[in-house]
Amino acid sequence: MTATTLHRLPDLVPPPTELPPRTAALRAEVRAFLAEEQEAGRWTPRADVWLSGWDERFSRELGRRGWLGMTIPEEYGGHGASALDRYVVTEELLAAGAPVAAHWIADRQIGPTLLRFGTEEQRQRFLPGIARGEVYFGIGMSEPDAGSDLAAVRTRAERVDGGWELTGTKVWTSGAHHAHAFFALARSAPRDEQHRHAGLSQFIVLLDSPGVQIRPIPLLTGAHHFNEVVFDRVFVPDDMVLGEIGAGWKQVTSELAFERSGPERFLSTFPLLVSMLGELAGSTGIEREIGGLVARLWTLRRMSLAVAGSLESGQAPELAAAVVKELGTRYENEVIDVARLLVATPPDPGAEGGFPRLLADAVLHAPGFTLRGGTNEVLRGIVARGLGLR
Amino acid sequence: MNAELHELAESIFGDAASNDTGFDAGVWATLEETGLARLTLPGEAGGSEGTLEDAAVVLAAAGAHAARVPLVETDLLAGWLLHTAGVPLPDGPLTAVAGELDVEGTTVRGELRRVPWARAAAGVAVLTGTRVVLLDPAAVEITEGTNLAEEPRDTVTVDGAAAAVVEAPDGAAAELRLRAALGRALLLAGAARAALAASVRYAGERVQFGRQIGRFQAVQQQLALAAGEVAAASAAASAAARVAADAGFAAPSTRLAVAAAKSRTGEAAGAVARIAHQVHGAIGFTREHDLRLWTTRLWAWREEDGSDAEWNTELGTTALAAGPAGLWPLITG
Ligand SMILES: Cc1cc2nc3c(=O)[nH]c(=O)nc-3n(C[C@H](O)[C@H](O)[C@H](O)COP(=O)(O)OP(=O)(O)OC[C@H]3O[C@@H](n4cnc5c(N)ncnc54)[C@H](O)[C@@H]3O)c2cc1C
Repeated sequence: MTATTLHRLPDLVPPPTELPPRTAALRAEVRAFLAEEQEAGRWTPRADVWLSGWDERFSRELGRRGWLGMTIPEEYGGHGASALDRYVVTEELLAAGAPVAAHWIADRQIGPTLLRFGTEEQRQRFLPGIARGEVYFGIGMSEPDAGSDLAAVRTRAERVDGGWELTGTKVWTSGAHHAHAFFALARSAPRDEQHRHAGLSQFIVLLDSPGVQIRPIPLLTGAHHFNEVVFDRVFVPDDMVLGEIGAGWKQVTSELAFERSGPERFLSTFPLLVSMLGELAGSTGIEREIGGLVARLWTLRRMSLAVAGSLESGQAPELAAAVVKELGTRYENEVIDVARLLVATPPDPGAEGGFPRLLADAVLHAPGFTLRGGTNEVLRGIVARGLGLR
Repeated sequence: MNAELHELAESIFGDAASNDTGFDAGVWATLEETGLARLTLPGEAGGSEGTLEDAAVVLAAAGAHAARVPLVETDLLAGWLLHTAGVPLPDGPLTAVAGELDVEGTTVRGELRRVPWARAAAGVAVLTGTRVVLLDPAAVEITEGTNLAEEPRDTVTVDGAAAAVVEAPDGAAAELRLRAALGRALLLAGAARAALAASVRYAGERVQFGRQIGRFQAVQQQLALAAGEVAAASAAASAAARVAADAGFAAPSTRLAVAAAKSRTGEAAGAVARIAHQVHGAIGFTREHDLRLWTTRLWAWREEDGSDAEWNTELGTTALAAGPAGLWPLITG
């Protein structure tokens, strides 16, 4: 073999994307607002805020300022901005460790999906509230026997007069106890072993519907984040079917490109990194470790921006999104390792804030980084498929 | 990306006989004919007035094909240094180095170590203190040496008249260092990609236990990890080229970008080479097999023009100086 016959690889990452200069003013505005909120003591920076920082006042305030539903067209209460403007706002929020959990899923995933697959009526019904930071959503994909293998979902959707009746159990539903609704993935046609991805559909389920039961599943910290959501013949009218019956798999995969590549996949621990720098002020001999984290972070941000640029131009780069998430979530664990090695302060889950609290939160939340949104093993499987190995 | 330029570069480097060692005169001649040898230099220096992003495309291809030509040295380093210093460029391949020399008038004396491709160069550009010196290879002594990939890294001993001695432009030392690191990062990203490509191809051909080894999940997971490293290396190197093209080498954002890119490609180099060899088994550990063309370059280049350790130290120093409040603006700046 000679170098002439180089095997062709798929593009693993889209070309570099530069933020348009106009975003500088937006960034400055968001930064000033966050500094003002923090000075007023309205919240304390925390690690993994997009999971745990539920603060409806804060979400509404962002909505009031036009920083939610940014890419939603104005006719639906949004701001018709570009994905790159939104990128700037979200990365500023995460870097500051601001409490964004309440609106996170609705703003990141539900809005774009409704725009892509929702009916006019569904858009008008939900999008304005999402953009105001008042309407919260969950994601109902996982089930007790369907985690990594989503094609195995068993929740049944049966055709009834005027709609569908859902029966089954969803688990690990983030924020279901606060959310107004979620997207439920269900089997609308019997399972066919030859076509495992066929017969799945998505439904918009209002979580206060009769027959819906929501039970907390405490995290290992005891915090209430997850839930089990049980459906017992829950009626979903035809006008709350999301997209096409039978196209659930295709819709879910396109949703995942939005979910996987965002800055939340490498900024969950950024407040800890910042706090570590404070703890290390004046120390020497640690530059190399810190620099290694900075190089990785800088690169991850560039990769994530490249995916955002590609999403903006209408593509859904599934492979690149999987790569960013896989690398990003491992980097987040490295931040914790370096913090532990360089700062000899034990984690303290009871502290108000600061390094001991950030370290405690990060360590206790770390197992979730490489699970949520698709495990790293599964993501590597997607990459292997992209390489043509399976 | 410039697709035409990419195709051109692929076709030029793809024709190279990669198993030889030493300077590839055939490829060099084609690079000169097509204007790629001096791609980013201005017309009056015999250049093609390309951008750094164009250079990124060509250098990634050069790295991927293990091209045996001093392209970074000629175009990004010596050509730039001599031209900005006002010294006319000699024809042919060039090389550049920063080092200590005693300079008195036009007489120079001293020794320069690990000069890339010195034995093949038509001119050696040296940045020494506040001067730019051009040495004629015929007037120096060259002791051959190599890097891990058997690429020339020669010792140049000079004691006599230089072809030119001029004042160095302001900031030349800092810019030369960044240019070299950026060029090296782009080559590294290309070589990492090629090592992965060779491994994916091999995993699809080699059969054990009755199936292609690429069908085993353990092998797939390893190759996916390598692909992540390749993606990071390519993204970092091409983003740094883009930042440098937009902001110029004097900008702090370019310094950060190039440091991150060289560090990240160096990190990726080790991981990709390790996985590539593991997947190839014993055959990849032989001289007969092409894999070494890329892996030895990955190991050599990650230490050149500032190792990842060196650039990480610089990045860490910058981050610590920025402090908690300055870290995020540093990353986004
Ligand atoms: C913090 C957090 C929030 C979440 N929020 C939501 C939510 O809001 N809505 C929702 O629907 N889900 C949610 N999830 C669920 C999440 O998507 C699943 O946990 C994840 O997809 C893995 O499924 P599982 O937990 O059933 O693990 P399993 O699928 O049982 O996997 C267990 C282990 O086996 C490995 N494994 C499984 N299959 C393979 C394979 N083919 N190849 C290699 N390895 C394999 C996995 O990588 C993992 O290491 C959340 C999870 C977390 C941790």
